[in-house]
Parts: sequence; C-alpha cells; structure tokens
Amino acid sequence: MTTAITILFFGVAYGMILYLISVGLSVTMGLMGFVNLAHGVFAMLGGYVTVTLMNRLGVPFLPSLAAGCVLVAALGFVLERTLYRHLYGRSELDQVLFSFGLILVSVAIVRIAWGPLAQPIQLPDYLKGQVTILHLTLPAYRVALVGFATAVISGLWFVFDRTLFGARIRAAVDNRAMAQSIGINTSRLFAGTFGLGTGLAALGGGLGADVLAISPTYPLDYIVYFLIVVAVGGLGDIRGPFVAALAIGLADTACHYVVPQAGSIFIFAFVFIVLIWRPNGIMRRR
Amino acid sequence: MTGTATLETRVLNCSFEANRVITDVNFTLRPGERRALIGPNGAGKTTFLNLLTGRLRPSSGNILLNGEDVTELGEARRIRLGIGRTFQITSLFPKMSVRENVFLAVAECDGIAGNIFRSVLSHRAQLERMDELVHRVGLSDVADVQAQLLPYGRQRLLEIAIALALRPKILLLDEPAAGIPTAESHVILDIIATVPKEIAVLLIDHDMDLVFRFAQQISVLVQGSIFLEGSPAEIAADARVREVYLGDSKHGRPAAA
Amino acid sequence: MATVSASPIVRSLTSSVIVRVLKLLPWVAVAALPLALPGYEPLATQVFVMILFALSLDLLVGYAGIVTLGHAGLFGMGAYTASILSVHGITDPIVTALCGMMLAAVTGLAFGVAMLRTKGLTLLMLTMASAFLLYEIANKATGLTGGEDGLQGVSFTPLLGLFAFDFRGRTAFFYSLAALFLVFTFVQVLINSPFGWSLRGIRENDARMAAIGCPIMRRRIIIYVIASALAGLAGALQAQTTQFVALHSLSFELSGNILIMLILGGSGRLYGAFVGVPSFMLAQDQLAKQDPANWFLGLGLILIAMVMLAPGGIIGIAERIVHAIKARRRP
Repeated sequence: MTTAITILFFGVAYGMILYLISVGLSVTMGLMGFVNLAHGVFAMLGGYVTVTLMNRLGVPFLPSLAAGCVLVAALGFVLERTLYRHLYGRSELDQVLFSFGLILVSVAIVRIAWGPLAQPIQLPDYLKGQVTILHLTLPAYRVALVGFATAVISGLWFVFDRTLFGARIRAAVDNRAMAQSIGINTSRLFAGTFGLGTGLAALGGGLGADVLAISPTYPLDYIVYFLIVVAVGGLGDIRGPFVAALAIGLADTACHYVVPQAGSIFIFAFVFIVLIWRPNGIMRRR
Repeated sequence: MTGTATLETRVLNCSFEANRVITDVNFTLRPGERRALIGPNGAGKTTFLNLLTGRLRPSSGNILLNGEDVTELGEARRIRLGIGRTFQITSLFPKMSVRENVFLAVAECDGIAGNIFRSVLSHRAQLERMDELVHRVGLSDVADVQAQLLPYGRQRLLEIAIALALRPKILLLDEPAAGIPTAESHVILDIIATVPKEIAVLLIDHDMDLVFRFAQQISVLVQGSIFLEGSPAEIAADARVREVYLGDSKHGRPAAA
Repeated sequence: MATVSASPIVRSLTSSVIVRVLKLLPWVAVAALPLALPGYEPLATQVFVMILFALSLDLLVGYAGIVTLGHAGLFGMGAYTASILSVHGITDPIVTALCGMMLAAVTGLAFGVAMLRTKGLTLLMLTMASAFLLYEIANKATGLTGGEDGLQGVSFTPLLGLFAFDFRGRTAFFYSLAALFLVFTFVQVLINSPFGWSLRGIRENDARMAAIGCPIMRRRIIIYVIASALAGLAGALQAQTTQFVALHSLSFELSGNILIMLILGGSGRLYGAFVGVPSFMLAQDQLAKQDPANWFLGLGLILIAMVMLAPGGIIGIAERIVHAIKARRRP
C-alpha cells in the first residue's frame, strides 16, 4: 500500500516538473507556431544557475531558484527579440535545424563552463530527510517540490484565466490575425510569453534538479519528454499538458518500479497508442 | 425533367459547432447541365461545394452520384468516381511548372501515379494528354514556368486545367473568374465551352455577366438554403432575388448588407 | 494531335549516351581511390555508408516533406539485425544485409502506419519517440544486443565467397561503394518516376493532391518503408564493415547528425548527400579530435548561420552563385 502511495507521490512530483518545463513550450508553440526543440536548454540553464548558486556560493535554495528563473527569462526574452522572431514564417525544417543548432551551441558552452559531468546537488538541510504527513513518510524534497509547484501552477492558471496578459495570449493563440486586428501588440506579446515560458522552464529545471539530472546533454536527453507532454496535452493549452504531464509522470514512475527491466519502453509505446487514438492531443478543443 | 440525375443532395445539412451552415438542401445536377450557384457572400456556396466533393462531412442528409449514396465516401474516392473541382483560392503546386502541375493530375486520373520503376518520360499517353490540356487553357507559352511565377489570371486557368485533367463527369467551378476583370472573363467561358457536352458543370461566381452567359439553370443560395431555382430570365426577373442579392445594378453588386 | 515537346525538364531527364558516360566518371574516379590514397579505405567506406544513409533521409525530408528526427532508429535496426544474425551463425554479408533491410522496412511500416496520420509537431515528436523506443529496447535487451557495451564477436564470411573482410578494408570499400551506386541509381529512377513527382506534389500542396484523388497516406507510407529499408541497408553495411554495433547506431545524436549532414549539402537535390556527408565527416574528424565541445559549438553556429542566411545548404549556395553569374552575363 505504501509503495503505491510512494509511486503516486513520486509520479506526481515528476509530472509537475515536466509540466512546469513543458507548459512554456506548449504556449509558445501554440502562440508562435514555432517548433522550438531548444526549449530544454532553458530548463537546463535554470538548473545550472540554481545549482551553482546553491553549491558554489551558498545562496539559499529559493533565492537561487528565483535567480535562475529571472536570468533565464531575460535570456529567453533577448533571444526571442534577436533570433527567434526572424524565423516565425519559416518551414518546419528550418525551425528544427535552427533550434537544433541552438541546442548544440548551448551544450558546448555549458560543457566548457561546467564540465561534462552531471552536477551534484547538495540539498539544503531542511530539504533533506523525510517528513511525516498523515501517517505517510515521504522525502522532504519531494514534498516541498509538490507544494511549491502547486503554488506556481495555481499562479500560472490565475494569470492565464484572470489577467489581461493571459487573455491576450489566449486570444492570439486562438486567432492571431484577429488578435492583431483588435490591437494586441503580438510581437511584444510573443516576447513576453517567451520570457514567461522560458522562466518557467528554468524554474522547473532548478526545482527538479534531483529529478532530471543537470548535465550538458540535458536538452538532448529530455526534449522528447517535453514534446510528448505538449503533443499529448495539446498545443497552446495549459490544462491539457498538465493532465498529460501527470499521466506520464505517474506511468513512467510506476513502470520503473514495477518493471524496471523495461525502463522507459512502456512510456513510448503508451504515447504512440494515445496519439493514434487522439492525434490532436487528449483534450478536446473547445 | 428528362434523363437520370447525376449528382443529387437530399435534405443536406451541415453545422459548424452550433451554427447551421447548410439547411435542408435538395439539389440536383443532371448530365450535361450548365448550372450556376449564386448567392450573397457567406451564403454557404463554397461549403456546399466542399460537401459535394467530400472535403466536408454533412451533419445529416445524403449525397447521391448516379443514384448511389456517396455520403460516406472520402474526397479521393469521389474524385475517382468523377467529381472534379477548382478552388476559389488558387491552390497549385507553386514550385512546379505548369506542365508538372497538370501531369500530376493526369497521372492520378490515369492510374499511373504509383509507378516507381518507369520514368515519367516513358508515359507517352499521359504526356500527350498533359500537353493537350496545357494547350487547351492557353498556357502553352508558359508551360515550363513555375506556377507561383504566373500572373494571377493564368493561375486561374491552370486551376481549370488541373480539374479537367481528372476527366470529371461533373465539374464544380468555385469562382473561376475571381479576381479577373469582367472584360477578360470570356476566356473562362471559352474554356468551359470546350468541356464535353455530357459533363455537368456547376459554376459559382459573383460575375453576373459570366453567370448569365454560362448558365442554363441558376440556383440561388441564401443563408444555407436554396432560395430559388430557375432559368436565368426567371431569376433576373424575380424581385426577391434582386433584393437579396442582385441589388439594383445589372452587374450584380451585392446589395449593401 | 499535340506533339510532346522537349521542355527543359524533359531535356534534363533525357540522357544521351555521352551524358551517361560522364555521369559514371566520378564513380570510376572514386573507385580508384585505393590506388591513389591507400590507407584511406576505412574512412571512405564509412563515408559511403553515411551517404547512403543520407540519401534515404533525403527521400523523406527533401522529396516527401517528412521531417524525421528518428531515422537512426531504422539505421540501427539494420545494424543490429545483421550483427545479431552473425553472432547466431548467419554470417553471409549479402543475406544479412538483406535481412537488415527487410526488418528495417517492417519497422518503418509499423511505425509509419501509426505516425503518418499525424503531422507537424506530433509527427516530429513521434519520429523521435520511435527511435527512443528502439534505443530503450536495445539498451535493456542486453542478452541480445550487448546493451551499452555493444555487440562483440560480429564477423562475416567473405563476400560472394571470394572477398574476405580484412584489416585493409579493400573488400569493405568496394562492397559499400557498389551498394551506394546501386542505391543511387534506384533513387534516381524513383525521383524521376510518376511516384517521385507525386511525392513532390504532396510536399508542396497536400490539400491539392487530395483534391486530385491522390491516396496521400498510402504514398507516404510507401516512401517511408522504402527510406527505412535503405537506412537499414546502410546500418547493416556499417555493422559489416566495422564488425561492431553499439547503441550509438540508434541514437538521437545520430538522427540529428545525419539530418545536419544532408541539410549542409542541400536536401531535395539528390547530390546534397554527396556534398554534405564528406564535408561534415571531414570537419568532424579534424575538429572533434581536439575538444568535442568546440565541435558542437562550431557545428551549432554553422547551423544557425545556415538557417538564417543560406537555406539550401552548400549546393543551394552554389546554385545561387551560378545564377548570379548567369544574370551578370546577360546584357
């Protein structure tokens, strides 16, 4: 019984990390129609900044996370303004090649700066060990992760549903030409959304440093998972990827527990089956 | 009415989300008939065409081809059964030449498009048919020019050539003269005149000169249902049609909404 | 009665005897490499294998318009099939190569039927997922595949019973060159067939192809199976000529690399593979030796620059230069 709870909990934690990283990709893809394979780069950089501040400079966990988030969001904003915006109308192949090039460049820079090995994480003392909640003993780090992620996700959904910024994004995703004709400055919206998306990815990367290991090959190792979340959850949506990410987090964790010899095989097979059944993602388009 | 009905719709309905776009349309197109479908913008003419070709699924009702129900058949199947169309918004193969554009259609129609081991050059019959069609629509002088480089009016002609290449039994023309000045629309008429007499032609257009010179019968579509059907003279004389669509001008500027 | 006039396309497709002979010359020249540059046979062999691989990808990316980041999955299928067969006693090179092709084709069929009904991001992601799936299976089935260490003890009997695969690599050289020649000839035939033309139509305007009655799904599956078979052949050749196979043959990195090699040369132009692959492999050979990070950095920058400034690859640049020269010549 406790194994089931543990799997559930670990799966949810993993799913939330996947969601935090992938939601930005879903929104920017739905908004700009740009196939950005390099999205994992921003999560990776968030992880590196967070871990470096924490381990090398002794900065506390939350400020390190925040710093990673802000710095990467700023970088994302700059990249969108300088590079990405020139490629919006281009063919899928060109976008794939560009983002692949970006991956290679960042992998190289990171490798030169931090070396080829995965970053060891030293969790702050208050996150080590276990906590007991409702007779369940769970690792403190994962508990904090779930709690913090829930808060961020709630905030994100609030921004999306209740603020003008969120409304503008939803309008532009639905119908870009129409949004422009009612006066929405789409190019500023794109930049802002891209910054938000990459900032969230950095948050996910830093928060999930113990879940998805921070190494120079991070963008290549994990991009397929982020794409799966987006494709299964539906482009331009923020609720669909949440369901998809949780489903994948739970399924992957469960599979690794129950059938460790199979590894991630079931996840990929599972994704194929889901997408054959629902090629546009699991959420029905409103 | 004499002869077997070739293309028929029965109580055809189509809805998008909550909007009924096509309502209870009963429509018949007989062999060799020259019929025009007119109506104000947004009446559903292109939607109706898409239902006929299979690009859209109706919410209810039936479409029959020579008495056989084809409602469930997809677009490719219906094309093989002889329903051909042109597009309101030119849809060509932009980087391929005029000849290549037409050849693709000829190849599909003649069933050789799946051949892997024989070169295009060895298919003499298809190449001849391709050249004949290019000549028929008057594009022989630009036969090797990329479709995207052609002036708009000639692109519309290529559209028609592609549709004719499919040897349609029924030809659906969606605003073939769109964007072409009225003075030049006779070119379209001339090409339609070369279409064999036994082929039924349904024309959608806003150019009333073209419509009235072409049509034997006219159907008026308003807000998704057939408002009136009759000969050009009957339609022109009907005050309701004039009010809804023709406006005051004989040249068919739609009445200001 | 209309006559079939010789349009430029038609003229370019027609091969006079002289042109045919001229086109064979580069092949003859390359075949003489062992005389001119002995010792380079192993490198040349790997270049031939990669060109074959890139040609199979060009059919998808350059002609059918199917962008895939999982083509290494089919390559690896061929490589592992040939290797596993050899370890279990079936060691004839041609038999195992054909088996590799067939298994890759079947794999391509299975995945293709599932994937090709989707498009855009979903399709791209599924192509990646298909290769990752195969990678994971190979990774975990260590008894069969050797897992992370790769498969040891892979060897093959002499080709046609006469030519042994030796250390000098002569047999491997001519074997892979012959295979490349045959595949290239086949691909040319395919491109110039009605089927090949219909692929271009599907790439340029699939809605219009549907509107002229083209069975798009069927055509795409057929080309995907063909491309998979050829990728499998390339993989089998690599296993046979290096007597080794490892997980790298199924990796995302390889899928990315082969795409880059093709694009570098120029996709959709058939000769792009011949230009891009040697350039990439030569550059990689020189630069990656010092520091892999520098190689990634350089390659990434080149990719970005290429997309932003010179789409069409090296051949695209060459075409534009030729065009500019011609334009200047005109009075």
